[in-house]
Amino acid sequence: MDGFDTLLAILIATIRAGTPLVFAAIGELVTEKSGVLNLGIEGMMLIGAVTGFIFTVLTGNPYIGILAAMVAGVAISLIFGVLTLSLMTNQVATGLALTIFGIGLSAFVGLAYIGTPIDGLDPIAIPVLSEIPVLGPLLFNHDIMIYGSILLFVVVSWFLYRTRAGLILRAVGESHDAAHAIGYSVLKIRYLAVMFGGAMSGIAGAYLSLVYTPQWAENMTAGRGWIALALVVFATWRPGRVLAGAYLFGFITISGLHVQALGYAISSHLMAMLPYLATVLVLVIISRDATKIRLNAPASLGRPFHPTA
Amino acid sequence: MQYLSPVIAAALTVVAGIILFSALGTDPGLALYTFFIEPLTDLFGVGEWAIKATPLLLCAIGLSIGFRGNVWNIGAEGQLTIGAICGGGVALAFYGDEGPWLLPLMVIAGGLGGMAWGAIPAFLKNRFNANEILTSLMLTYVSIQFLGYLVHGPWMDPDGYNFPETRLFSDFGLMPVLVENTRFHGGVVLALIAVVVVWIFMSRTFTGFQVGVVGQAPAAAAYAGYSKKRVVMLSFLISGALAGIAGISEVAGTIGQLQPIVSPGYGFAAIIVAFLGRLHPFGVLLASLLMSLMYLGGESLQMDLNLPLAVTGVFQGMLLFFVLGSDVLIRYRIRIGRATKEA
Amino acid sequence: MTIVSGFKRIALAAMAATALTASGAYAAEEPLKIGFVYVSPVGDAGWTYQHDLGRKQLEAELGDKITTTFVESVPEGADAERVIRDFAADGHELIFTTSFGYMNPTVKVARMFPKVAFDHATGYKRGKNVSTYLARFYEGRYLTGVLAGLTTKSNKIGYIAAFPIPEVVRGINAFTRGLRSVNPDADVNVVWVSSWYDPGKEREAAETLIAQGADIVTQHTDSTAPVQAAEDRGVHAIGYHSDMSKYGPNAHLTATTHHWGDFYISEANAVMDGTWESTDTWGGIKEGMIKLAPFGPGVSDETKKVVAEREAAIASGELHPFAGPVKDQAGTVRIAEGEVMSDGDMLGFDWYVEGVVGELPN
Repeated sequence: MDGFDTLLAILIATIRAGTPLVFAAIGELVTEKSGVLNLGIEGMMLIGAVTGFIFTVLTGNPYIGILAAMVAGVAISLIFGVLTLSLMTNQVATGLALTIFGIGLSAFVGLAYIGTPIDGLDPIAIPVLSEIPVLGPLLFNHDIMIYGSILLFVVVSWFLYRTRAGLILRAVGESHDAAHAIGYSVLKIRYLAVMFGGAMSGIAGAYLSLVYTPQWAENMTAGRGWIALALVVFATWRPGRVLAGAYLFGFITISGLHVQALGYAISSHLMAMLPYLATVLVLVIISRDATKIRLNAPASLGRPFHPTA
Repeated sequence: MQYLSPVIAAALTVVAGIILFSALGTDPGLALYTFFIEPLTDLFGVGEWAIKATPLLLCAIGLSIGFRGNVWNIGAEGQLTIGAICGGGVALAFYGDEGPWLLPLMVIAGGLGGMAWGAIPAFLKNRFNANEILTSLMLTYVSIQFLGYLVHGPWMDPDGYNFPETRLFSDFGLMPVLVENTRFHGGVVLALIAVVVVWIFMSRTFTGFQVGVVGQAPAAAAYAGYSKKRVVMLSFLISGALAGIAGISEVAGTIGQLQPIVSPGYGFAAIIVAFLGRLHPFGVLLASLLMSLMYLGGESLQMDLNLPLAVTGVFQGMLLFFVLGSDVLIRYRIRIGRATKEA
Repeated sequence: MTIVSGFKRIALAAMAATALTASGAYAAEEPLKIGFVYVSPVGDAGWTYQHDLGRKQLEAELGDKITTTFVESVPEGADAERVIRDFAADGHELIFTTSFGYMNPTVKVARMFPKVAFDHATGYKRGKNVSTYLARFYEGRYLTGVLAGLTTKSNKIGYIAAFPIPEVVRGINAFTRGLRSVNPDADVNVVWVSSWYDPGKEREAAETLIAQGADIVTQHTDSTAPVQAAEDRGVHAIGYHSDMSKYGPNAHLTATTHHWGDFYISEANAVMDGTWESTDTWGGIKEGMIKLAPFGPGVSDETKKVVAEREAAIASGELHPFAGPVKDQAGTVRIAEGEVMSDGDMLGFDWYVEGVVGELPN
């Protein structure tokens, strides 16, 4: 196999590896833009993964599975929503509890489904376009969820920066007191943002259990929820950069594996540190400039909102 | 009023437990007994309860200081890991050349290591305004990988057939066991001392007072000339040091060597513990005991009733939600009432 | 107030529990209680699953004479010691601890309970009441290597591995020895995924190796993802731990599978007879601890014959995967002709044999 084919294989694998991160991270981005920090991504992804899998097994239709994963993601994110928004529990603590709960619940409901084989989603070749050499297989011969992730990116970018509703969402994340004073319902908007994050995490989980490694196994997300969280920061809360960051992360992972397969030894521990160190570095760079940080990071991130305060 | 919230949480937990365990065909009374009481029916069990609570308590008590001051260190797991590395490193460095001075030196090294690791997000916050929630979390993953690198590489036991673990520490490097026939070790005492010291610090010193003001009334604090930056650094240093001591207390107290993983997530669980304990030192003490019992109860459900781990995971998650939720329900009862009217 | 009443309840419960055990002692002869400590969930395939199959075989064979209990996902650290001790204190007289990280806790608890028999898998420390047991996985690896060497067309085999510890390196080397014994042109490419269990990463690694031209992938990880990847990409796979053919009916050639049941039964019988003593068991093909899973459709009859011959030769002791000359990657002879690598040397393997591509990371 020549170098060019290898590169193409790396790039295709990169897109697949990045896709669950795109879903989870864009969902979390919207949640965070509204000023809410949900650390329960991992738990929500697992719930989505197991629900999507079970419904696919029961109905034989993976599209129903995806839908079910989305609904389950919303349902579990509502637990977080009620606790943090209505009962005003601490977001960090509640998000961590959500992860513990999600790991346990997904393992529990999935017990009977471990080892059930399913047919995953097949790629859909887009007519004509998929025939183009190189670009065809790279861009136009994927499963529907990969196309969906791109669509998600476009819609969320448009929503956040081109619509009034997006502006309101960002205003709420910026200063909930000001937004409240103008008359926006901070709670309602935050609830919607949290539910959207839950839905996207659910889909991200379903991508793993229905497409990536079509199977259900306990804890199969293996920490991808935390990487998605890092990615939102690394991307400085910009959808375009989330997309790029997810593929960059996928590329580093996949090309690392290729380099190893060629016979080069890399200390995997030091490699595994890199994305986190890079995230810290990016955070430092964007934060040092007060205007830059204001343009990017939601100022009210993680702060509880007391309507009467 | 505030005494009612644990009661509500307990009632909800019992109800949910009855539903869950009945649905599984297990006698709910027996299941609840097995979860909450059976682990503590002998002296060894009580000792386990204490030593499992110790790392949670040490981490949570430090975190609660920062949380009161609106400083969000969520990287205690990383500070714990670095504490274990530094303290364990001392034990390895003096291997074959020990004395009674070794253990105190390890504890100091562990505390300083955790403190230094905690200082990084504090510095980045003060100097570059970088969000400390995110930097401290990211640094946790860095530290865990670093530990993995050490035990798979340079610190591997030379006589250990290349398995990823260090030498066993010598007896001078182990926490003394204080109660015979248990594993109740010196680390527990360190944790209890920390509770008292932090309580005095927060309630009886001017600096502790400043932390609270900065957290609750930042405008007033600024007016009074209290430095937010100082509070950030101080709370990270204290919580980092205590998490580092938790790390060395784990490796010198119960494990006896460094392994690829030294903590099953104590640093993260401690965040929940801090809030369950309402950021008060004695509340945190009780909360760490509750959390610790949850781990033990999960094991005894498996052992005595053959319930899979997944069931205990669900039960633990529900318990946390109830305690978190009911606690705040009481605290903010009036405010919520008003908010709903406005909405 | 809550603390006080809490302790009162605990005290009452303790009394109740004591009363229960006291009355229980009058019952007829109690079945032997056997405990198992698992490092991961039982699941559907993999290391812990095979141990649990052994436990089930034990229950099926000895019926009322024994009861078994297990605790899954016990972290290798402070918690392991408590679980092991609780088993012992709870009247379990035979305890199997099934992961390397339980070695030191097992030894420690064993000192406190001299009358309880402990069996620790994969470790090297024994005591008066601590046995160790391990399977000669490498014998199965060697055979799957032979099979791969006769089946591959691209002469490139992909190997997905977890951590560079001796047990894993030994497997890679045995596989390569088998491979090269029938196909001197074939190479093994290794990818380390730094996890015993991460279906996503294992899948990525498998796809990487396949993209680079491997037409057979094998693994030293726990999930079935590599077999699935091979099925989807139309190449072959050799599973590990368990028969993974369900996940790749066409791809799956065979798997090196572990069988602990007979050993568990004999240990239980020994405890009941009072003949149990501390031993070091390292069983392989001969003892039935290692078997190959049923061959898939991709294995030719001729290949089956060769593998069967080699299997018989290993069982009879005629063939040893590391019989000299064994050369390392640089071509240096590490084990001279006529010699056989010692168990101790195999236990600490930290170099690759000739035929593995690339250097061993640390």
